Amino acid sequence: MSSAIDIAASVQSGERSALEVVEEHLGAIAERESEVHAFNLVTTDHAIAAASAVDELVAKGGPLGPLAGVPVAIKDNLCTRGVATTCSSKILEGWVPPYDATVVTRLAAAGAIMVGKTNMDEFAMGSSTENSAFGPTRNPHDLSRVPGGSSGGSAAAVAAGFAPISLGSDTGGSIRQPAALCGVVGVKPTYGTVSRLGLIAFGSSLDQVGPFANSVAEAALVCEVIGGHDPGDSTSLPQAFPAVSEHLSDGVAGMRIGLITEMMGEGIAPDVAKRIRAAAEWLAAAGAEVEEVSVPAVTFGLSAYYLVAPAEASSNLSRYDGVRYGLRVEAPTTGEMMELTRTAGFGDEVKRRIMLGTYALSAGYYDAFYGTALKVRTLIRRDFDKAYERFDALLSPTSPTTAFSFGDKTADPMSMYLNDVCTIATNLAGHPAMSVPYGLGDDGMPVGAQVLAPALGEVAMFRVAAVLEGSLA
Amino acid sequence: MTEPTSQERTHTPASTSERITTEQVAKVAKLARLRLTEEELTRFTGQLGDVLEHAADLDLLDLEGVEPMAQPIPLANVFRKDVPGPILDRDEVLAVAPAAEDGFFRVPPVLGESE
Repeated sequence: MSSAIDIAASVQSGERSALEVVEEHLGAIAERESEVHAFNLVTTDHAIAAASAVDELVAKGGPLGPLAGVPVAIKDNLCTRGVATTCSSKILEGWVPPYDATVVTRLAAAGAIMVGKTNMDEFAMGSSTENSAFGPTRNPHDLSRVPGGSSGGSAAAVAAGFAPISLGSDTGGSIRQPAALCGVVGVKPTYGTVSRLGLIAFGSSLDQVGPFANSVAEAALVCEVIGGHDPGDSTSLPQAFPAVSEHLSDGVAGMRIGLITEMMGEGIAPDVAKRIRAAAEWLAAAGAEVEEVSVPAVTFGLSAYYLVAPAEASSNLSRYDGVRYGLRVEAPTTGEMMELTRTAGFGDEVKRRIMLGTYALSAGYYDAFYGTALKVRTLIRRDFDKAYERFDALLSPTSPTTAFSFGDKTADPMSMYLNDVCTIATNLAGHPAMSVPYGLGDDGMPVGAQVLAPALGEVAMFRVAAVLEGSLA
Repeated sequence: MTEPTSQERTHTPASTSERITTEQVAKVAKLARLRLTEEELTRFTGQLGDVLEHAADLDLLDLEGVEPMAQPIPLANVFRKDVPGPILDRDEVLAVAPAAEDGFFRVPPVLGESE
């Protein structure tokens, strides 16, 4: 399958039609989707109509966007007007959004063609896509293993060649971890650089939309297309997305890169740590100054996150009450209707997080839990700031292990949460980070290297990522 | 949601090292409008206890004088211009609601709830 960049070039030049490109990808989906289950919905009719519209533009001589004719898979927590959006939850059954998320509008304006809505952990809560109400997605590299999560469907769609690019959302690692487990590139941009309008909210101070792709250059292009100010999102920064594409071949000579000590020891599988050390050596060989650096507060990230994110989720998910959208379980009174609807509509993990958040925010516990977690967030930010006084970017594993098997971690939520140990601190700080495939573990499954940068440090981050990618070429 | 009673409001400040009880989980479920079976109540209490026990490591930190950080960016009081713009189409919104009537969302009787 060709890259998004090659597809756009060939569609723009008239060498290939968008329809031909889309049909090729729909063919790939038809061939393997039944075993991978990357999608909640394949939007065949929509894709064919959108491709024909692009081809008409080509015939008329444009104007054509930078993603003309490029198939894209969209995580099912991004609103798509007229196309069912479920968050992989029974509670949104039957709901069809009356508007498009800003990122969906921008992709369409750039000529990209949605081929489907991807499976995910319900309401983006999970690290394996096993929490989907519609069944799990399987890792295209080994169907007996999870693709990671929560954006497991979007990662698997790219890894399986169903679409060259896809969108996910990342609240605590939900783009980077599945990217690592599926062997693709995944980017979590700086908080505020990509609009959240139309992203169904989980943890509003943590959520950020970002791309999956097979290469760093494709991911950079998608960031530039979807990023930049949106007046419809009050947390959107009033500036364009950093111009990353033009710096991809700048190299890392003279850059200072820190290997995070706390993410290389206990809890990290030795084969994963070995690959990340190899990545550090490669960067040093490419001319970067690479040193270990301690970022002590990141070890408290998991604890802080599992108070902050559920607290925000408990508030955000209170809107699912059977009144305005989705499921309603009929009952004699509104109060009972709401309780029965929520009880029937939410899965176990969502219920756990809602209860945890409600508890962390409740009278008498607010200061001890939520209040404490917010202060720890400040400490994490401070420790990162201190590291970034000495380093342009940081390096760590994305996930402590390669892809695990189905059912391995479902009985014990805490063991599942530990998958996010390397990714969570980034969201608490509001910083960008991305995962780049960096070889294979002892089991032959992909390992992801995580590149972290300070707020709006995307240029440095992509430069490092491009050099890592180049070492495998 | 019911207002907390004065007795609840004057609750002694909690410590993160206390293990959550089934009574507390039952109360939280009620506040969150979730109905739990006995089996779920037992299972969730254990699982929530494990997460909170992990979070007890935060007690090790000296947080004296540390400012809380509720969100990561320096924007505050973001307003739009007070001019009319496009809004969602009412019929389109109500068409996907569980029940609607005369331009409104329709719900069962609100009064007569048994708490």
